[in-house]
Amino acid sequence: MFKKRTLAALAIVAAAALPLSACASTDAAAPASDVDATTATSAEDFGGLEGLVAAAQAEGQLNVIALPDNWANYGEIKALFEEKYGITVNSADPDISSAEEIAAADNLKGQDTAPDVFDLGTAVALDSLDYFAPYQVANWDEIPAENKEETGLWVNDYTGSMSIGYDSNSVPEPTSLDDLLGADYKGAVALNGDPTQAGAAFAAVGLATVQAGGTLDDFTPGIDFFEKLNDAGNFLPVNATGATIASGETKVVFDWSYNNLAAAATVDGWKVTTLPGAVYTSFYNQAVSKDAPHPAAARLWQEFIYSAEAQNLFIVGGAYPVTIQTLQDAGTVDTKALDTLGALEGELVTPTAEQAEANSAILAEKWAAAIS
Amino acid sequence: MTVANAPVLLSDAGTPSRRRSVGLAKYLGLTPFAVYVLIFLAIPTILAVSTGFFTEDGSFTFDNIVGTFDPTVLATFVSSFWVSAVTAIIGAVVGALVCYAMLGTRAEGTLRSVVDSAASVLAQFGGVMLAFAFIATIGTQGLITVWLKSSFGIDIFAGGPWIYQVPGLLPVYVYFQVPLMIITFMPALEGLKSQWAEANATLGGTRFTYWTRIAIPVLAPSFIGSLLLLFANAFSSYATAAALISQGSQIVPLQIRSALVSETVLGRENMAGALALGMIVVMVVVMWAYSVLQSRTSRWQK
Repeated sequence: MFKKRTLAALAIVAAAALPLSACASTDAAAPASDVDATTATSAEDFGGLEGLVAAAQAEGQLNVIALPDNWANYGEIKALFEEKYGITVNSADPDISSAEEIAAADNLKGQDTAPDVFDLGTAVALDSLDYFAPYQVANWDEIPAENKEETGLWVNDYTGSMSIGYDSNSVPEPTSLDDLLGADYKGAVALNGDPTQAGAAFAAVGLATVQAGGTLDDFTPGIDFFEKLNDAGNFLPVNATGATIASGETKVVFDWSYNNLAAAATVDGWKVTTLPGAVYTSFYNQAVSKDAPHPAAARLWQEFIYSAEAQNLFIVGGAYPVTIQTLQDAGTVDTKALDTLGALEGELVTPTAEQAEANSAILAEKWAAAIS
Repeated sequence: MTVANAPVLLSDAGTPSRRRSVGLAKYLGLTPFAVYVLIFLAIPTILAVSTGFFTEDGSFTFDNIVGTFDPTVLATFVSSFWVSAVTAIIGAVVGALVCYAMLGTRAEGTLRSVVDSAASVLAQFGGVMLAFAFIATIGTQGLITVWLKSSFGIDIFAGGPWIYQVPGLLPVYVYFQVPLMIITFMPALEGLKSQWAEANATLGGTRFTYWTRIAIPVLAPSFIGSLLLLFANAFSSYATAAALISQGSQIVPLQIRSALVSETVLGRENMAGALALGMIVVMVVVMWAYSVLQSRTSRWQK
């Protein structure tokens, strides 16, 4: 009697589970192919872009992380992706650092909220290769060889130049580093973060170094400049954001050109300048998470980011996309946006991984003392 | 008075036998709290601190512990210590004076209950909201800053934007230290019995001897205990400092943040565990001293 009842209960449970599991399996198998998206290294593995799009649409979601709407035009880029493919973009923690993106991938591993794709500073990208799945976009050849890892673990996506934004209503335009030491800039000059923590601030010290006649091997001249700036009472230890620029608290801001240009678009009187001489640039890197909960959507995002459409949106946002040469050659570049932005000219400098590492050690040792 | 006391006496008499009969059950009653402390305090602490003893690849090392003795890191322990000490002393002295002033008011009076509730609320007012409140009022573009400058030509930041540096933490921390002192020290002051003053007077003592021979010795453990609590409170504060100070990571909690989130200085995640251990060592010493003093104080509060 007891046994029979148990059996009956089991049968009911099984019967109930059947449609559920059937349902679940159709969901997963919807791409109509038996492609394992987690190991796909190009759209061809899906039988072409249509196959990838179908697989991504079946997943329906894409988790991105650390992509602020006002950073290099990511707001429009995310919106266009949603509109074009009907895939919901879940944007988590827009303001966290690259290191925290990797930490999130660790902490959320196996959950459906884990990040699918990363946008990382170079130091963190090179340090986190174990977290990435190799993927090569359809226009792989348009990306210069020095801008990508050969299997596609990471690929440069866009760069800016380190620029100086200033409130033209209250301070004069700086034309050299030493200008900033003058009385006009009392308590006005700010960085986007602490250089021992944030890539943009690190680059600001790098720019000050090359502008002061130093080399990227040793950021000490740059640190010395900020020490002088601080002694002059001109350094403002406030994290520059769109809000501090709008409130007038940070009147002069060292930041990537795309961030300063984004502020210029919304804040009256905010202008952007670059100093004559060496121009400091640094690419950000796209990578697909090895543990992406939406592996197909993550790969479609890569295809999308390197498409002419999205690459042009970077230009609109004030950044220089990695395929800019191809865009210009093919005549598909958004010329109006590029004219507004201006070409990246002058002597371009970017630290190598070794230089970046050596300088971060120097900064860790000297920065706190320099600005206190 | 007598009537009100009567039931208390009765239940006091009944307690010992009931306690015995309860036996194990009282430990059972403690279980939810013990489990809570274990899951949300003990285990996370052990996990966090133990990372300090490993490298990124998981092999055992003392490098991180040695790293806390690096001059730059030691300097942050020193500034954490003095910020906590200065704000604790200011908070304790000002708070004690407020308590003393309140003794002159009626215990059930409106003034005292208003100050009491305000202190309870303000003692918990910290973190980003507090930092924002200060930035909005006396930040470099704050309401009061701008008003002082435009109306009186006084520039409170003439010497540099101190509000965003370590000195800026002092007024901000004192803002929650004083109310915390009021709520912890007031019961001790209320515990001063008027009979003691009367006894002092009958035995020919003066007001001065009352304070030096009776009140201060009785209050000292409680005062120093509260002082230590204030110190611990400031020492462990993170969010307020994080919202105010964005350059330099001059205090230990900010060093921990930097070790965990930095995208330029990499591979220091495990250093955070060692720094946390350093903070725990300081806190354990302080809290141990607090509990010793507390047990001495409680004798006078019965």
